[in-house]
Amino acid sequence: MSTFLRFRGTDRYLTNEALEASVNSALALERPLLVRGEPGTGKTLLAEAIAEALPARLISWNVKSTTRAQDGLYVYDTVQRLYDSRFGDGDIRDIRRYIKLGPLGQAISAGERTVLLIDEIDKADLEFPNDLLHELDRMHFSITETGDEITAKQRPMVIITSNNEKELPDAFLRRCVFHFIDFPDREFMKRVVAVHHPGLDDGLVDQTLQAFFDLRNMRGLRKRPSTSELIDWIAVLKKAGIAAVKLDQALPFLGTLLKKEQDVVAYADRLAGGRKYRS
Amino acid sequence: MFIDFIYELRRNKVPVGLQEAVALTRALAMGLHDSSLEGFYYVARSILVHRESHLDPFDVTFASYFRGVAVDAKKIHAELLEWLRDPKLRKELTDEERALLKALDLEEVERLLEERLREQTERHDGGSRWIGTGGTSPFGRAGTNPGGIRLGASSGGRSAIKTADARAYRGYRSDLVLDVRQIEIALRKLRAFSREGTLEELDLEGTIDSTAKNGGELEVVTRPPRRPNTRVILMMDVGGSMDPYAHTMSQLFSAAKRSTHWKELRIYYFHNCVYGAVYPTEEFREPVKITDLVADCGPHYKLVLVGDALMAPWELLGAPSYGESEKGAAGVSWLVYLREHFERSVWLNPEPPSTWGGSTVETIGSIFPMFELTLDGLSEAIAELTRGSPRR
Repeated sequence: MSTFLRFRGTDRYLTNEALEASVNSALALERPLLVRGEPGTGKTLLAEAIAEALPARLISWNVKSTTRAQDGLYVYDTVQRLYDSRFGDGDIRDIRRYIKLGPLGQAISAGERTVLLIDEIDKADLEFPNDLLHELDRMHFSITETGDEITAKQRPMVIITSNNEKELPDAFLRRCVFHFIDFPDREFMKRVVAVHHPGLDDGLVDQTLQAFFDLRNMRGLRKRPSTSELIDWIAVLKKAGIAAVKLDQALPFLGTLLKKEQDVVAYADRLAGGRKYRS
Repeated sequence: MFIDFIYELRRNKVPVGLQEAVALTRALAMGLHDSSLEGFYYVARSILVHRESHLDPFDVTFASYFRGVAVDAKKIHAELLEWLRDPKLRKELTDEERALLKALDLEEVERLLEERLREQTERHDGGSRWIGTGGTSPFGRAGTNPGGIRLGASSGGRSAIKTADARAYRGYRSDLVLDVRQIEIALRKLRAFSREGTLEELDLEGTIDSTAKNGGELEVVTRPPRRPNTRVILMMDVGGSMDPYAHTMSQLFSAAKRSTHWKELRIYYFHNCVYGAVYPTEEFREPVKITDLVADCGPHYKLVLVGDALMAPWELLGAPSYGESEKGAAGVSWLVYLREHFERSVWLNPEPPSTWGGSTVETIGSIFPMFELTLDGLSEAIAELTRGSPRR
């Protein structure tokens, strides 16, 4: 039986058994961990927590709609080299000067174990995950321009988050350990709030949680508030010095919880007692 | 010992293979599961399941496999079920019944409970309130049933089977009818890009080529950025037999409307079948002639028809006089006309495929590829729409 580090969460990041099992499986099997779940359930924070617990350097790769898999490995800055050649700046014979490693390239070429966060992979093109398959599997890539082969000495721990937006290809999924972050229940949420706002008055915690879960359970909301919004809301309440929230009246600083105009209208309607029919 | 479990999962449509089995064996060999069933449940779940739509089938399989009892409604005594269904009438239990109840061991009651939960969601929609407090039903709180199970009480650590039994991921199954967000995601696969418009993007390859040709003097080449290039026509059947699906239809409508990755989206309505014209509004005003529409839209438009395809045979094969039916052509010939014009078209049917046999549904299904209006069906339909070369 080999030994390895077991992840148990950190002071700032609470976990449950299911999440720990997933993280530890990913660590032990050296496979990427794919985390999905509602926005605002702490997917990105998980990577930071794992990096802190290991401890290891965290490299973040924030994926955008225009990101290509190649960008993660390296970029060959041809235009710079062309300009340099024209104006005679620098040593243009050394191609390596114009090779810039991307986040995945850095993680693979680092001598030590790193934590690589590929954030919101679903934002990229449909083919993006497939293009990464080989590199994630072998932790190895070559730079065509120089013929360099780079292999990881220590496989980086890869954490991939997805906002549940797009179906990822099967071949990609098969290589990952999967975890779906549940929306926290009331008890767990209370612990989360306690971590972020220690020493908060119990009465206020209960009231805010009540108001928060009421809002989440409200039918017909376009965007339901999530954990991060609750934390923000409590922070605002604290700053404003509000000691109690009355549930039957309009909630203060509603804008931190509800982000869509229709939702605010729906909430006002409900508060006014029953639905108002609009033409 | 869990090899059978793997096969059981496959039977329940959770795609697991050799790779997952080997990974799970390695994880167990390393002692990741802490030698407990709970640990095994979590480790197995994170390795064997890859998407949230498979969490629920996994839970069901796990619960039934590791309890060693098959989940099968028919095996339950009909008598007992009857009693469960209407506990109010049986408040006074006879000695005989009481004896029967005492004979029920926890395992059996648990099995019944699961069955009950399953039955209930089939009838209502996802709630579990129905198992309430009070009363003599064996499920619920503060009941008088000697063999009952208490629900809703938080009792510290839940056992793995109870966790699996809770089936918290039922909402993520993909073979159920969909919500707007899911439809949007499915529709997004329809997008395709092409380069059109102003020269805004640096074309690196082109720049290098022309610079080289230019004798090393830098010459920058630009090109238009990639833009979505899919054009979609959505035709929806409204009214009559489609009324029960109004909600699903409006979800599809809003998802299609919100999709920003199409170059063009046209939405039309029809009633029962397409006869000569379709309508841009639900009030059936300002008809658009099919012949005009076809002249306006090239065969590269993707045509999506939504409807139950269920009508009286004469409505399909004849030419009813409602709407602006032109030249008295039959409904079916208009459908064939549309099918032949567009390279790619599909028909989405909100009714389950089991009801498609016979009737006009079969006829229409022979004209258009027909898919069920669920997430899986929609994905199949989109695969059909985006397939490379046209069928003809």
